[in-house]
Amino acid sequence: MPEKKCDVVVIGSGPAGLAAAIAAKERGAEDVLIIERGEELGGILIQCIHTGFGLEIFQEDLTGPEYAQRFIDRVEGLGVETMLGTMVLDITPARRLYAIQWGRLLEIEARAIVLAMGCRERSRGALAIPGTRPAGIYTAGTAQRFIEIEGYMPGERFAILGSGDIGMIMARRLVFEGARVERMVEVLPYVGGLVRNYVQCLVDYDIPLQLQHTVIDVKGRDRVEAVVSAQVDDNFQPIPGSEETIPCDTLLLSVGLIPENELSKKAGVELDPLTGGPYVDETMQTNVPGIFAAGNVVHVYDLADWVTEAGYLAGRHAGEYAIHQRRGSERKLRVIAGDNVHHVLPHVLDPLSLERGPQELQLRVQWPVEAPVWVNVEANGKLVKRKTERYVRPSEMIRIKLPPEDHGKIVGAKELSVRVEEKS
Amino acid sequence: MPNEKHDVIIIGAGVVGCLTARALSRYRLKVLLLEKASDVGTGASKANTAIVHAGYDPTPGTNKAKFNVAGNAMWDQLAGELNFPFERRGDYVVAIGPEELPILDELWERGKKNGVLGMKMISADEMRRREPNINSQVSGALWVSTGGICDPFAVVAAAAENAVMNSVELMLETEALDFVKEGRRLVGVVTNRGTFPCRWVINCAGLYSDVIMRQAGLETDFKITPRKGEYYVFDRAKVSINNVLFPVPTPISKGIMVTTTVHGNTIAGPTAHNIKDKEDTSVTPEGLEEVFAGAKKLLPSLDKGDVIAVFAGLRSSGSTGDFVMEVPREVEGFVNLAGIESPGLTSAPAIAQWVVDALWEHGPKLEEKPDWDPIRPPRPRFRDLSPEEQTLLIYSNSAYGRIVCRCETVTEGEIVAEVHTPVPARTYDGIKRRTRLGMGRCQGGFDTPRVIEILARELRILPTKVTKKGPGSELLTRPAKVQGGCHA
Repeated sequence: MPEKKCDVVVIGSGPAGLAAAIAAKERGAEDVLIIERGEELGGILIQCIHTGFGLEIFQEDLTGPEYAQRFIDRVEGLGVETMLGTMVLDITPARRLYAIQWGRLLEIEARAIVLAMGCRERSRGALAIPGTRPAGIYTAGTAQRFIEIEGYMPGERFAILGSGDIGMIMARRLVFEGARVERMVEVLPYVGGLVRNYVQCLVDYDIPLQLQHTVIDVKGRDRVEAVVSAQVDDNFQPIPGSEETIPCDTLLLSVGLIPENELSKKAGVELDPLTGGPYVDETMQTNVPGIFAAGNVVHVYDLADWVTEAGYLAGRHAGEYAIHQRRGSERKLRVIAGDNVHHVLPHVLDPLSLERGPQELQLRVQWPVEAPVWVNVEANGKLVKRKTERYVRPSEMIRIKLPPEDHGKIVGAKELSVRVEEKS
Repeated sequence: MPNEKHDVIIIGAGVVGCLTARALSRYRLKVLLLEKASDVGTGASKANTAIVHAGYDPTPGTNKAKFNVAGNAMWDQLAGELNFPFERRGDYVVAIGPEELPILDELWERGKKNGVLGMKMISADEMRRREPNINSQVSGALWVSTGGICDPFAVVAAAAENAVMNSVELMLETEALDFVKEGRRLVGVVTNRGTFPCRWVINCAGLYSDVIMRQAGLETDFKITPRKGEYYVFDRAKVSINNVLFPVPTPISKGIMVTTTVHGNTIAGPTAHNIKDKEDTSVTPEGLEEVFAGAKKLLPSLDKGDVIAVFAGLRSSGSTGDFVMEVPREVEGFVNLAGIESPGLTSAPAIAQWVVDALWEHGPKLEEKPDWDPIRPPRPRFRDLSPEEQTLLIYSNSAYGRIVCRCETVTEGEIVAEVHTPVPARTYDGIKRRTRLGMGRCQGGFDTPRVIEILARELRILPTKVTKKGPGSELLTRPAKVQGGCHA
């Protein structure tokens, strides 16, 4: 299995993932890798051809693909590595990733990981909508993919359940395509998505919206033929007598988004049952050290711009974490017992530890020398520190301190050795 | 082709029809299997509780009792030959509260009379130990080690495939409309695709077996009533009940049970309500409520928020209350199987063997084919393989390295393979049932566009011709007018 080692691996290349990769790189992380299961960078942004992106970050009104491109350009400019068509199958708490890329299994070791898998749409099954199970029931995002990416219409006469942003945007989009949107029904007494979408998509295009209504039945054996709507009471129960049959060939669902955390769980990340996303600290680090999370995988945001900001935050801290890891793991020195040294502790020493304060080496000699000796600490054959003892005996431990100012002398060395020699 | 005479025509490619076809494929017979739907196993066989029953429930002396116990014993070999998922993990009938406890004794007695093996009474404490989520009011349970679970659609598809491998002819979207008769003898089947002469007809028409009986010329008031069963499916990441748990039975059904499946999902159901429409597999708010209440009785901790799907199936409930299995005198050349409801899936291998025996007695001379191959080879399931096996598979065919369904880890290679088998999947649902694609928590949200693309390519049809479950269920309507960017 191919081995790869990275400072930061970002899973997902939507707004959160792109921002996290950029921030990690800018913080100084060296090998930053984005893993994306789709065939292009940008995540769901690439099928969001409507405008409304970038108002906060760029003070410009951009489409989803335009917004994504700004970050994709920076990712490329910074030299972030990307793997497309690659799906992460497993993550261990030790930050080892197993992924599959165009028919190739990969094993990647990451010093830090940013989870940026986004969210998925709530499905019909999760709502347990009664009725038949014909063709013609799609989530709004799937319909969006059909139209914007595949270039096909999933139906001609639509009813839409839920008034989330994707649902409202798709309602308008369907009108542009010459389809009819018979009705949007929302179980709550208010619209689910942004007011601006309500105005620009529903009001401006005369799409009828019924609040406090839901779909209580689906009719049609092969293809949807109608849905039955009903008004609901304060407990969301259908009010008998309020049923209305709405002829249509398609039911779109825009009934909420669920953070996609199946991978997070495999890594041992603990999830908050209220958000469906990981518990995070102020750096967006999860309970698993070195695993960060950003964007809709944590909780569902209103605006892509805010997801981007969350990505920056997580990416910056993931970068920092990776840098510390890198220093720690690659600059540990072996401490070796040289002439007339039986053993010396610690066995390994992190030179960075000298930044925090003096470090003590403890050793015993192999044979006694009843005369003054030097205790020499050497790095790559060069003397770092020496100390005199009037005599040495195996029964008496010798201690020698390396002060912080010795840090510079041992940087770059592979090992430290300690030896005891008689003063001549 | 319509002029060629078949020795046997089987009407209906559900589990009974397909296992019968497979059993007959062992002999030198020209066998034609007719199915009106676009795929095999789309009736009761695909929408049930997936249980291989031990046999303590049916009334002693009935066909149900006899064929249940006989059928149960045949599943290990069947699963081994046909390579479908089957686990003989045993099941429990759980009594809640002291008043239900005596019913366990009745089941025990019935089981003894029916010849059920592996029964054991266990205490409430033992039940709580074995299933920590069980209702704390549990008063005892009947544990039966011979109970099993399977993937029922996989059973049907594998049986059909093995039958076709052994020269059975399968015609889909072919509906039996009437019979050609010479006197009292059936000599042909009239279908929407022409008339097929034959020597014997086997009625495996499930919900429509009463209609076929009358068309064949049986004068009977026998009637099939569709009895609906509704179900919940839970997300296996959230709910993991690792047992098969029945409540104590009611007079008309085995009650709302909660069971694990061979795929690790927990399901709850079914209801049992007689309805009129033989095609009405809709789920109802009342039915779902009943399922949930019944399931909560066994496992009070179940949460509706963890549901990922609901479905309903129809039992072919016969007016006699028992399986009708006969070679009637009034009509010649006709083997009649009707009212095969639960435990029909369990019994199906034994019923198929009974048909062979019946033909042996009444029908054409049965001569074994020396080259009959009972093995339906398994196809690789990417998610079940070790990383090393996955690597090898991908190396042999890179399509196995492209994951189409993320929740259930189904690859393009598996989908393509299912389109090019002896019993090919030609619809989205056909792919779904064979691979589990789209059955996970996102319920097809991500995979549907990709599957349409793959089916269109492999079947050489336009994407707008790809269907969910046959003609009339097209998934797309037309190309979009506006391609590319559009500022609003």
